[in-house]
Amino acid sequence: MKIAVASGKGGTGKTFVATNLFNVLSRRGEDVTLTDCDAEAPDDLIFFRAEKTNETEVDHRVPVINKDACTWCGRCSRWCNYNAIFYLQAAKVIEVIENLCHGCGACTFACNSGAITEKPVVLGTVTKFRTEGGSPVVEARMKVNEMSPVRVIKAAIKESGESGVIILDAPPGTSCPFIQTVDKADYVVLVTEPTPFGLSDLRQSVDTLREMKKEPAVIINRSDIGDRGVFEYLRKENIPLLAEIKYDPAIARTYSEGRLVTDEIPALSSLFEELVEKILDGHGTGSYKR
Amino acid sequence: MELAVISGKGGTGKSSVTAAFATIGERLVVADCDVDAANLYLIFNPENNTEQVYVGGHKAVVDHTLCTVCGICESYCRFDAITEIDNRIIISETSCDGCFFCSRICPMNAIAMVRSNRSRMYSGSFRNGMMVYGHLAPGEENSGKLVSMVRDEGKRVATEHVMNTILLDGPPGIGCPVISTVTGADKIIIVTEPTMSGLEDLKRVFEVAQKFTGEAGIIINKYDLNEAMADRIEGWCAARGSTLLGRLPYDRRVTEAMVAGKSVTEMFPEAEISNILIKIWNKLITNGKE
Repeated sequence: MKIAVASGKGGTGKTFVATNLFNVLSRRGEDVTLTDCDAEAPDDLIFFRAEKTNETEVDHRVPVINKDACTWCGRCSRWCNYNAIFYLQAAKVIEVIENLCHGCGACTFACNSGAITEKPVVLGTVTKFRTEGGSPVVEARMKVNEMSPVRVIKAAIKESGESGVIILDAPPGTSCPFIQTVDKADYVVLVTEPTPFGLSDLRQSVDTLREMKKEPAVIINRSDIGDRGVFEYLRKENIPLLAEIKYDPAIARTYSEGRLVTDEIPALSSLFEELVEKILDGHGTGSYKR
Repeated sequence: MELAVISGKGGTGKSSVTAAFATIGERLVVADCDVDAANLYLIFNPENNTEQVYVGGHKAVVDHTLCTVCGICESYCRFDAITEIDNRIIISETSCDGCFFCSRICPMNAIAMVRSNRSRMYSGSFRNGMMVYGHLAPGEENSGKLVSMVRDEGKRVATEHVMNTILLDGPPGIGCPVISTVTGADKIIIVTEPTMSGLEDLKRVFEVAQKFTGEAGIIINKYDLNEAMADRIEGWCAARGSTLLGRLPYDRRVTEAMVAGKSVTEMFPEAEISNILIKIWNKLITNGKE
């Protein structure tokens, strides 16, 4: 079962929730994997002492044009929907702009003179770790200056397999990287904060998820700041509220130093223990009921 | 002059800092480039909006009356978007990259490429100038094109209303929408927080900022949540010769102001945080000459 921990707004506590959920399941001895899908800003590993067990590069194939074989027909450039092949027939100029290429392979197929071959370009890495507790953590990490984390995210989710509970720590926002992550999830938990910004982004996330025929549940972090807008919205939309976590400088401090509240603050440990039960039961997978 | 506020890590306070900057001095243009989680309009309530349609990327759609399920499209798609289920070709809208390859090679011409036109861009006036913002429809991809459109409109509005300063509120992360926000901007302001995650993400976003623009200054928000970590970030900045613009204390009144639809400098001008923000802003717009 895959559980995505997501949020429209950044910094609401996705990583905080995902790492602590994982920690609670892991110390119980459950079969659990944590997958950091925030490939642009992966931070989950900060919270664990873990040993690297495997690393793979994620690449895509970009065209290489052999100008000696090119007949200057321009078909490759016309087939490219990303403006990644710059072509001037009269001046006999043809160049691949690798940054714009999405690696779809259309140009290679379009070329009638066999002038296009392909080479791999690395987009990022998927690294697998094992924590001291023995549970796997899979990290998607996009290379800096690449445009899209989507392929790396997909590869990381694949690498996480299908066994036990897989917690996907999603990227912020509501567009492609978020969609790729929640698309594979059986259950989506949105972490929000009760502020006008939090509400606006929560709405956008819920609308996007409903577009995908998914019904999320919500955790409100720093629940005693801001206003009541988020609470009212959840009631009106019939969205289950799984937990409220109050603002606490001790939580902020523990998190800021890369440590887990479920190891250090007993009240938070029991909150997350309860949360795990709710999520696993709420999903209705009897096999996970204790 | 275009100034872009970005962060790498989400939720560090980009939009609250932007809101303050936008209400301190002379009239200016604010452009919200975080198009899949736009928030600033909540504080600025722009009026007399003009609306423009943003036509998004293409998605492949199969006409099952023409499709013979030959599977050619499936074998060539590099985005794993096409699968044959029960003798029917299914194209996943979330995985389709819009490359046109399948529609070009389908021997039955059974695949059409369809564009969405549900996303919008708005521009209007607010109490201290003009505001431009995008709204990405739920489930739409954010390729950075809407961000570019928002920036272009920002420049147009600035010329029309004779305003010298354009302030861009960027998205989190380091991918395409961020690159679209910072490319060619005159100044980059990175808002970070004193956490391990904040520092890790700062390192990555700083690399992007360096590649796509000249100057990047750093603000450590909520520094007093962990002063030792704030010192560490400051040390990191010093070692790279990058400008530390200032440290902001954690202040619940930032959220209070947001709830009231105001910036902290508007609602609590006497607060310490407001004073620091005013100093930073004045330094930024006078090119460091105080």
